Amino acid sequence: MKKKLLSVVLSTAMIAAVLTGCGGGDDSAATSAPADTTADTTAEAPADTTAEAPADTTAEAPADTAASGELIKVGIINNDPSESGYRTANVNDLQNMFTEENDYDADFAYSLKNDEQITAAQKFIQDGVDYLLLSAADTAGWDSVLQDAQDAGVRVILFDRTIDADESLYEASIISDMDQEGQTAVDWLAGQNLDAYNIIHIQGVMGSAAQQGRSGALQAAAEEKGWNIVAEQTAEWNAEKAQQIVQSVIDSGKEFNVIYAENDDMAKGAVAALDNANISHGVDGDVIIMGFDTNTWALEELKAGNWNYDGQCNPFQASYIDEIIKTLESGGTLDQKVIIMDEKGFDAETITDDDIANYGI
Amino acid sequence: MKDESVLEMRGIDKSFPGVHALQGVDFTLRKGEIHALMGENGAGKSTLIKVLTGVYSKDEGKIYLEGNDKAVEIRSPQDAQRLGISTVYQEITLCPNLSVAENMYIGRTENMLLNWKKINSDTDKILKSLDIPAKPTQQLGSCSIAVQQMIAIARAVDMECRVLILDEPTSSLDEQEVAKLFKLMRDLKAKGVGIIFVTHFLDQVYEVCDRITVMRDGKLVGEYAIKDLPRVQLVSKMLGKELDDMADIHGEQTAYDKGADMAPVLEAEGLVSDAGIKPFDFHINKGEVNGFTGLLGSGRSECVRTIFGADRVTGGKVKMNGKPVKISKPIDAMRNGIGYLPEDRKIDGIVGDLSVRDNIILAQQVLKGFFKPFSKAEANKIADEYIKLLSIKTASSDTPIKSLSGGNQQKVILARWLFTHPEYLILDEPTRGIDVGTKIDIQKLVLKLASEGMSVTFISSELDEMLRTCSRLIVMRDRKVVGELSGDDLNQSKVMSTIAGGDK
Amino acid sequence: MPNNSAKKLNGTNALQNLFRNQIFIPLAALLLLALFNLIMDPSFFGISFGYNSLGNPVLSGSLITILDNGSELAILAIGMTLVTAASGGQDISVGAAIAIAGSTLLRVLCGTNSRPDTLQAPIIVAFLISCVVAMLFGAFNGVLVAYFKIPPMVATLILYTAGRSIAAWINNNELPIISEPSFGYFGSFIPGIPIPTPFFIAVICMIVITLVMKFTNIKLFVQSVGINDSSSRLNGLNPELIKIMSFVILGLCVAVVGLIKVSRISSINYSVIAKDIEMDAILAVALGGNALSGGKFNMAASILGAYVIQFLTTTLYKYNVQSDALPAYKAAVVIILVVVSSPVVREKFSKIWKNLKAKEVG
Repeated sequence: MKKKLLSVVLSTAMIAAVLTGCGGGDDSAATSAPADTTADTTAEAPADTTAEAPADTTAEAPADTAASGELIKVGIINNDPSESGYRTANVNDLQNMFTEENDYDADFAYSLKNDEQITAAQKFIQDGVDYLLLSAADTAGWDSVLQDAQDAGVRVILFDRTIDADESLYEASIISDMDQEGQTAVDWLAGQNLDAYNIIHIQGVMGSAAQQGRSGALQAAAEEKGWNIVAEQTAEWNAEKAQQIVQSVIDSGKEFNVIYAENDDMAKGAVAALDNANISHGVDGDVIIMGFDTNTWALEELKAGNWNYDGQCNPFQASYIDEIIKTLESGGTLDQKVIIMDEKGFDAETITDDDIANYGI
Repeated sequence: MKDESVLEMRGIDKSFPGVHALQGVDFTLRKGEIHALMGENGAGKSTLIKVLTGVYSKDEGKIYLEGNDKAVEIRSPQDAQRLGISTVYQEITLCPNLSVAENMYIGRTENMLLNWKKINSDTDKILKSLDIPAKPTQQLGSCSIAVQQMIAIARAVDMECRVLILDEPTSSLDEQEVAKLFKLMRDLKAKGVGIIFVTHFLDQVYEVCDRITVMRDGKLVGEYAIKDLPRVQLVSKMLGKELDDMADIHGEQTAYDKGADMAPVLEAEGLVSDAGIKPFDFHINKGEVNGFTGLLGSGRSECVRTIFGADRVTGGKVKMNGKPVKISKPIDAMRNGIGYLPEDRKIDGIVGDLSVRDNIILAQQVLKGFFKPFSKAEANKIADEYIKLLSIKTASSDTPIKSLSGGNQQKVILARWLFTHPEYLILDEPTRGIDVGTKIDIQKLVLKLASEGMSVTFISSELDEMLRTCSRLIVMRDRKVVGELSGDDLNQSKVMSTIAGGDK
Repeated sequence: MPNNSAKKLNGTNALQNLFRNQIFIPLAALLLLALFNLIMDPSFFGISFGYNSLGNPVLSGSLITILDNGSELAILAIGMTLVTAASGGQDISVGAAIAIAGSTLLRVLCGTNSRPDTLQAPIIVAFLISCVVAMLFGAFNGVLVAYFKIPPMVATLILYTAGRSIAAWINNNELPIISEPSFGYFGSFIPGIPIPTPFFIAVICMIVITLVMKFTNIKLFVQSVGINDSSSRLNGLNPELIKIMSFVILGLCVAVVGLIKVSRISSINYSVIAKDIEMDAILAVALGGNALSGGKFNMAASILGAYVIQFLTTTLYKYNVQSDALPAYKAAVVIILVVVSSPVVREKFSKIWKNLKAKEVG
């Protein structure tokens, strides 16, 4: 029994790096995803939903089907919607776009596990989809299945996450630039022209792309501009942990005037700690609050002046994908393979209700 | 070393701390014979087998094998196997999820490259030659227990064993399966293999064996050809009572007056459980002490466990004081005023880490209910009372029971059941493994309780104790009730001949 | 002289008794941590009085933080101690079960709208429903362990993997947010009372379990089943029922912690809420000197163990130890504990102790 406990404790320590925040990423983000504890209850879904796909639709026919006004068959492989608020928004966005009204016949498969995703991909290829849309759980292991897709004439579009495979194997890749997200936020912070910068830096799960991009920008700026990082800790995207971290800084009596939290949940936890200590924050407050991911509730906090800044991590790739498919269907070509999405940063003083409606997730 | 013998053990001695388990034991196994090794609990037969198979190292003595003039040293089970000594245990030690052929060859070769085709065909040959109904590629787990046992034997035979030890191979087999196994044993015997057969079933010994070696208390009693040793003789040798001095010693036996109070407390009819006993009838009267007797493994414990609902009861009717009751689990029995001191004190009796006090109040506390705990003061008072009553030697009532001596642990368990004030108390081997003084205390207590009107069923391996305390004995053999003795029949010779059964 | 030696004997006996008492282990750990902080920075023990942003009086300081956050763990430790004692194994699904309980709570409070302006049900009703749900999941684990004889860690692995998805499913993957301020009281402060509410909730739980242990046979029965299943059965107990009961009680603890957790942020994040809390709860039981293989237990020691773990966590935060390295520190503590409490080491220690005494006498 004791041995068992030990092994579990140790292995938990090892798999602590789990991706849960803004799920975009290019390299290490995806590698940690399989370790996530959330089970995937929808993995079997594609097997059921694809069963009724007509067997005679061949892969070579996309142009014909589009021309004759028939539906475009797409197979969409995504991470599990319960992974995070970001993912939920991402999944909803795709589901709203790829409907019959928009001339699509879409099947969805969700899994946080690479092997299950690959199985789903093979299934889609067999079913003869025209397009395979993929947000991979892991960067590796996709070469052979994408080669199969190419051989079968299925076009592949990556979204949200890129993979380690030859560029020729896919048509396009639509991703967020995490470094840019961080840079936008840090530039905004520099623009505040504070007398002193004493920053509590609350990080996401270490090694995830979102953490690396957002931490990198802040750390570089701090070094360059001589900002003081009071505390730098990972709360692993977790609000309660963030609360504890900020609480411990307050308890130790250190001065700080900026909280740079790498997602909204952690910013919320930090604010809870400030509220308990009656430290004012937000617009006209003593402490500047910065968050990421533009959750609707976070933007509302911004609008109310409780927070100062929220950076976007755009989950709305559907319209980009739609555009690409339309271009390809009409015989056009793409200017570039890798498409980086526009991502904004919102300031409490300038945010509008429209922004909340449009960008909140 | 005689020519016809495959194995000779001479003057084997083995001690454990506090126990002299083997005292200069000799044992001879001849070529092509089936040799029964008999003895009651603690006789030393399993120690002897473990010395032979290299599990234990002997302190003294020599072991000779056929073809070797020099004594051999067996230091590990691997040594034993290399020397051609194989054991098949009661529990199958093969891998049920592998195929028959894989089981035959696993762990026998250091060659990483295996020719499965050859292995399968070889296995097929062996199976055919021994007439074992199994296919080489079949999964072992899909075979019946008997066939698995036979495959284990086949594996041993194929490893060119000269000495095959079968340790209780028949306990989980039905009659037809036993017959098949015996055929295989006879075949092997014809091939010159010496077989040591350990069993509790007397009938089987007389059916298949050529010779018997009897052990008792770590010593050799003797080696006999089967035809020279009638059953009753065998039983008397195992129990250590010569037929000659079986003069009646039941003088001390309680004078249970049959006329006084014949009201039966418990009556059972056709009672049977899943522990493998035949259905039996049973009754006990108020103030009576009766007992189940029989050799180890004859089913006497299983009978009382069935009465108490400790094993899964699969049939039969029970009446308590004339009223039909349903006893399917221990709590039912307890609610009907039955107490049960189990045979295995360590596994079924004590709750080791708990204090003497908690161990004493446990059963009554369960009866009283979840929401009515004894207060600490009450519990202490009760515990102290019983510690004094049974003169339990313990530092305090707070001492964990596991740190007490065996006899005192037994007294605590006894106290536990006395405290429930049962109408009917079952004591299964209450005197095993405890000192003589305590044994006598317990016997006296049993008689005293009975005189106060309690009904007691008393089981002991020691016939003397049974004869001294019980006024009626139910005799068991091979998991069946084979007789009931009372009055003048209660003497050693009658008991032993009933235990032995069959023709003299 | 005899008088003198008798006195000495008494002294060593008292010391030995203290050493033998289970509570010695967490107490020693607590003192060690306190000493460390006292030497490094006495301000650790400072408690200040102020007002929070709602204008309510609050106490703050590291010790208050420990009471606040350690209370969740203390509540879980109560249930985990019983499960450990009865089943000889641990429930690793409590984190996931908290997600389920919290999600249920929010679902009832929010109704169909994930952002209600007013609560759709009284908090007490929502809490009771979440209790029932958490206890049902506890019973599920208990049945697997008791009747199907699956080792607890394996049995609870099912809920451990599936629980958070179930939690997300309960709220249709939406993110409910409660705007009602009174809902936040459970995770922070009740107006006018400067001590964190979770501590009060923990104290209530402690009082309840103390009363339960006093007025029922739960302790005797659970221990007896944990020590010797077979003998307990022969004494009329139903070991299966007792094991299931322990899991159901843990379920109740889970629901209480779920309330505190979701109240803290008036929302929930299914994938990270109460993450890895099961390991801390198990650690609390171990730190309390309770055998993880079941049997005898000391509830007070477990609860103290829980606060010691929070003490350790807060200390590590204070010294800016990377929080993703925390599990490694805790793992180190477990290794030390398990090794020290193993029979082999204990025997060795008692031998050394005896030798020392023999020398003293000689």
